[in-house]
Amino acid sequence: MKKLLLALVVTASAPAFADVPVFNITIKDHVFSPAQTEIPANQQVKLVIDNQDATPEEFEGENFDIEKIIPGNTQASILVGPFAPGEYEFVGEFHEDTAKGELIAK
Amino acid sequence: MLSTAVIVFREVLEAALIVTILLAATKGLPGRGKWISGGLAAGLTGAVLVAVFAGAIAGAFSGTGQELFNAGVLLTAVVMLAWHNIWMSSHAKELVAHLKNVSAKITDGTLPLYFLAVASGMAVLREGSEVVLFMYGVAAGGSSAMGMLAGGILGVVSGILIGGLLYLGLLRIPTQWLFRVTGWLILLLAAGLAASAAGYLSQAGVLPSQAPLWDTSSLLSERSVFGQLLHILVGYQARPTAMQLAFYLITLVLISIGMSKVGRSHRLSQAATS
Repeated sequence: MKKLLLALVVTASAPAFADVPVFNITIKDHVFSPAQTEIPANQQVKLVIDNQDATPEEFEGENFDIEKIIPGNTQASILVGPFAPGEYEFVGEFHEDTAKGELIAK
Repeated sequence: MLSTAVIVFREVLEAALIVTILLAATKGLPGRGKWISGGLAAGLTGAVLVAVFAGAIAGAFSGTGQELFNAGVLLTAVVMLAWHNIWMSSHAKELVAHLKNVSAKITDGTLPLYFLAVASGMAVLREGSEVVLFMYGVAAGGSSAMGMLAGGILGVVSGILIGGLLYLGLLRIPTQWLFRVTGWLILLLAAGLAASAAGYLSQAGVLPSQAPLWDTSSLLSERSVFGQLLHILVGYQARPTAMQLAFYLITLVLISIGMSKVGRSHRLSQAATS
């Protein structure tokens, strides 16, 4: 419990939006491009997802917890991380067969 | 068609289980059907509206509208479930007596049960709007729309079916135990919803983002059927953050305190009048 409180206090004091690096990912024909994006590890990054399809898509992390619906022909910003180094897969849940991508935290 | 059914099923399941537990938890309460079905109708109407205005909602509050909306819906549901449990802690006894002997009176039984309506409405609002958006995308996509529609209906029906099974299972619990069991179920359910709300608030940048405390997804993934059931029922998260754990525990403690305080003062006042 003490450790939990400490974790809360430490992270609560960190500013939420200080110089977050931005990465752009596009959805077209239910495919993410680029399919792989390299991001810095151990810090928060902002993904700007541009859904160029007319249909909505749900951006969902496979091995990280993010869920966001992106209506057709709109852009959405998603804050992710901080991640330990490694590979983090995501899908477009509404078109899971084709919409697959990966964040590579280094 | 099957993949459509699976996606719709996943979305419907949470709402179906919450409403099921509420139904079992209010067995024998006069007027509960009216309040719950009213809440469901309002929630479904709201779900369509939310889907139609998804773009506007997502764009609000500099792009965090969707997360704030989801967190708001979840936290409202948490408050309503807490209210339900606290209310029940002073009425369960009467309800049991009423179920055993219909002539036994329920005080406040004719009071408006807003919490039932709002809790069931919130349960279908969020997931319902996702189903509507998904099915809209399917319809707009054009290809094999009939098969996808059939998949959507299959998903909805199987979600409701699982809810129905849980309901029948809960009703087999002896009456004197039923409300204690549903009280525990709702307590854990509410704590889990609060933890999910914390996740959305972190995603919106309102709460700090944190690395998860642990990762048990290789043992039990939330995306597996059993993992998802546990996620809905007891708030299981494979990768909880400290913030989510704190929301979970604080909700558990606050509702428990409310229940025991109200239950105790009710017993005292009953002892005084009898």
